Amino acid sequence: MSSVIPAPIARQPWSMLTPLILLTCFGAAVLYSAAGGSFTPFASSHLIRFGIFMVVALVIAAMPRDFVKLVAYPAYVGILLLLVAVEAAGAMGGGSQRWLEVGPIRLQPSELMKPAIALALARFYDTLPTGMIGSWRALVPAGVIIALPVGLVLMQPDLGTALAILFSGAVVMFLAGLPMSWFLSAGAAGAIAVPLAYNFALKPYQQRRVTTFLDPESDPLGSGYHITQSKIAIGSGGFSGKGFNEGSQSHLQYLPEPHTDFVFATMAEEWGLLGGLFVIVSFGLILYWGLKVARAAQSRFDRLLAAGMVATMFFYIAINLLMVMGLAPVVGIPLPFMSHGGSSMMTNMLCVGTLMMVHRWNTQGRGGGLLSS
Amino acid sequence: MPFGLTKQVLNESTLTNSFDRRSFVLGVGGLSVGMLLAGRMGYLAIAENDKYAVESESNRVNLTLIPPRRGWILDRNGAPLASNQADFRVDIIPERLQDGERELDTLAKLLKLDDAKLRDLRKEIDESAGYAPIEVASGLDYDAFAAVSIRLPELPGVVPQRGFSRYYPTGPSVGHLLGYVGAASREEFEEDRNPLLITPGYKIGKDGVEKQFEQTLRGKPGARRVEVTASGRIVRDLSTRPDVQGDPVQLTIDGPLQDYAARRLGLESGSVVVMDCLTGDLLCMASMPSFDPNSFSDGIGSVEYAMLSENERVPLRNKVLKGLYPPGSTVKPMHSMAFMHEGIDPNERIVCGGGRRIGNRFFNCWSNHGVVDMAKSVYQSCDSYYYHFAQQVGFDKVAAYARRFGLGQEFDLPVASQFYGTVPDPAWKLKKYEQEWQPYDTVNASIGQGYYLTSPLQLAVMATRLATGREVAPSMIKTNERKRFNSLDFNKDQIDYIHQAMSDVVNGPGTAGRARLPIDDILMAGKTGTAQVVSLSKSDGKSGPWKYRDHGLFVFYAPFDNPRYAGAVVIEHGGGSGAAYPIARDVMTFLFDPQKGMDALRALEKEWGGTAQQRLQRRYEEYARAAGETIPPSAPLDREIQARVDAEARIEAQRHEAFARDNPRRVRRPDVEEPVEGDRNSGTGGPSGAQGAAQ
Repeated sequence: MSSVIPAPIARQPWSMLTPLILLTCFGAAVLYSAAGGSFTPFASSHLIRFGIFMVVALVIAAMPRDFVKLVAYPAYVGILLLLVAVEAAGAMGGGSQRWLEVGPIRLQPSELMKPAIALALARFYDTLPTGMIGSWRALVPAGVIIALPVGLVLMQPDLGTALAILFSGAVVMFLAGLPMSWFLSAGAAGAIAVPLAYNFALKPYQQRRVTTFLDPESDPLGSGYHITQSKIAIGSGGFSGKGFNEGSQSHLQYLPEPHTDFVFATMAEEWGLLGGLFVIVSFGLILYWGLKVARAAQSRFDRLLAAGMVATMFFYIAINLLMVMGLAPVVGIPLPFMSHGGSSMMTNMLCVGTLMMVHRWNTQGRGGGLLSS
Repeated sequence: MPFGLTKQVLNESTLTNSFDRRSFVLGVGGLSVGMLLAGRMGYLAIAENDKYAVESESNRVNLTLIPPRRGWILDRNGAPLASNQADFRVDIIPERLQDGERELDTLAKLLKLDDAKLRDLRKEIDESAGYAPIEVASGLDYDAFAAVSIRLPELPGVVPQRGFSRYYPTGPSVGHLLGYVGAASREEFEEDRNPLLITPGYKIGKDGVEKQFEQTLRGKPGARRVEVTASGRIVRDLSTRPDVQGDPVQLTIDGPLQDYAARRLGLESGSVVVMDCLTGDLLCMASMPSFDPNSFSDGIGSVEYAMLSENERVPLRNKVLKGLYPPGSTVKPMHSMAFMHEGIDPNERIVCGGGRRIGNRFFNCWSNHGVVDMAKSVYQSCDSYYYHFAQQVGFDKVAAYARRFGLGQEFDLPVASQFYGTVPDPAWKLKKYEQEWQPYDTVNASIGQGYYLTSPLQLAVMATRLATGREVAPSMIKTNERKRFNSLDFNKDQIDYIHQAMSDVVNGPGTAGRARLPIDDILMAGKTGTAQVVSLSKSDGKSGPWKYRDHGLFVFYAPFDNPRYAGAVVIEHGGGSGAAYPIARDVMTFLFDPQKGMDALRALEKEWGGTAQQRLQRRYEEYARAAGETIPPSAPLDREIQARVDAEARIEAQRHEAFARDNPRRVRRPDVEEPVEGDRNSGTGGPSGAQGAAQ
């Protein structure tokens, strides 16, 4: 087919890229408003980062399968070492910290760990003989692969990211075909462990977040304030919102973090239910495409890798949206492609790039995207 | 067995199937989370939209009350005794402070607050109800106001605003009369739960007229809707409803006269009351020393309170209403009226042999007056005459007249409290002390000593009733209705007789020749009085410790033949009536010829070192400088201060009574009634015959 659109562009998965680009631009518009009607400092850097990481995603998408399999473990180990380095730097700096300063860039290794954990586990189950999937050898090494970074991240302490890593890992294990009864018993154990963890493992500020989530009115001026103000912002938006740049909750600083964790509330105040549904549907389209890629994948490694990426992105989106709407406790997790922040943009674009890579593997030889074979 | 793999043969294809099934389940799970989110979004934005729209609006819009401008207090001619001045002010609302100490430090730097003020503020913050604003400073210039305003984001709970502060042009002259204003205390807010009371910048009347007419003066608050950020910074005004100023209150007081009298009291501690004989209007109710109500508008500071409460001349006590003094000889004209009414012929004479025998005891007069009739007993103030006729008539009858003339009475005036004193009679003594009335009680009471206690206001009413022969009642609020006062049932001859005798006190051979008005065609009539406060053995009453000196009293009216104004002057521990009547003379001179009166006052003020306001200001500065090293105790709350002042005034009055009880048969000291300070050469009249007779 001779098209006006050049083949390398037409080959791209536009059913995912279209909602992604629209969503990012919409995010930039919201950030423009959150900055009081200014491209700086949020919207411009948001778009620039998206552009940079889009190039990164395209580079990833071009990687061959064998190379990815080769670097899976080294990448995991490398990031694990970075996490240790963060701990060490934090200990020396006399306080907790989550990032490393590398020249002008602030690198947050725990973010890199989110896609890396899926990669490592996909590689692990890829090499595990199929017959062993019901045995302890399917469980224990995978458990260690997950437990190491989760433990390091919890020490930072960063509950949100630890849960994200745990979630991605668990999804990959689940999809790898481990016996169902294990998950059921793990769920039961978790039900017992959560109250214990609440009492002994969580810091007081984390405990407060949980209690406040259960009863926001118990602390209207403290942590509950965030949830209450977020709900006011979303609820006052109504069907079509207060209008672009007219959000009083964000502009008058009632909304905490209007450009990062609560960017959805900032958006919903100005764009109303319509904007909210646009965002939710866009995410749905992106994730649906990702799931389709995973299900269409040709090998076990591909499938698990793609599904892990989808799970990582899903966790971000779901927890953030549940939080801003008052259905989950306040954990510091930004909304992909909309919140201002390089780490989250990087992680999610790595996921997108990996999915595009698997998509390319899937369609290699038989064409794809707009270019019908 | 949809998911289970337990006993199945595991191979690549079963795992692929398992992946398909499980990923489908997860996909459905994800979809349901998406549906949940969309549903929640719809619920918040549509179903609960009204509720959240209101909450968002109440976040955004802040409604602040604008304190109403207080109604003015006017004098009888419409000149303001209390008005309002535009100013910049800064308040704090304690419960909104986040880091109180740091914010106070910042404010202290910006507004240059001294340590004493900071200490007062901390105490107020500790004792406050939290929601009630506390004034940090008022009357600020624009620069200081702007300095605070731009740093508001780091000063939560600090409220700078433009407003109005109360202004009393004559300061201390009207302190006791008008009272002062201040922020409502917790108790006051709990009594009157009006949100206006806790609006920053709003002040309520704390004493005097300001307190009595609070509701009239208050007005209606305005409201300002502003858009505010979460930290309270105002973004823009949305709408404003102006306040409605309170109604004015017009008093019968003559502002310039009030100020003149207060200033003329000078260094003395005392009071001047002047009434209009025709209407009963109180033209002047001056009590000095006083406080400056202007400086009380942000509460009574600890330095100020310490200075005022340590002063033995009790600047916080309104002596017009709460000073009680034995009236001394000022009651003699009134007692003479009583005698006439009881059938005593004014021409009936007795012989004063330097005293007189009553019952089986001899009671001294202050001098030897020889043959004395009623007129001479008034203008020469002969005690023997009153010993004799009071005994003859019976003091219970005389006391009844005293009450009709206003002594021992309370008047229908808008004041928080007035002391009514004592007109002693046998029934009173029996009730109070369970003792029979003795001849010496009659002797003491007949010359206004003993248990007799009167307030300056009562003495002024007595003077007015003597002048008019009518039951003139005092009033403080100006009305246009014509008043009719009942006659006291004396015939004109009797009244004229006493008027002539009282004129002779000043203009004839009487005891107060120096009280003669420096105006040719107006003659003032009056009567001197001296009230002893300690026994003769302790002090001669004229020198020695201030506290032991005699009170000086003078009642008067003018013109004597057609009375228009009447009044009383009481000087605490003035050393005799000589301290009182020059003041009465100058006050009346000012009333008839302001220029002449002012000239006299200016000369005196040059001697004293400035007007009352200037002297008070200087004293405060000196005191504050000294107190900078030794920290005075902090000031109690307004109502505690008022209760304390009241209690002290009662104790003071009881001291007089205790003295009377302990000294029932005291010897009258000589020369009580004559002008004591011969060296004070500001008098106009020469030495009278009485003085000659006394010496």
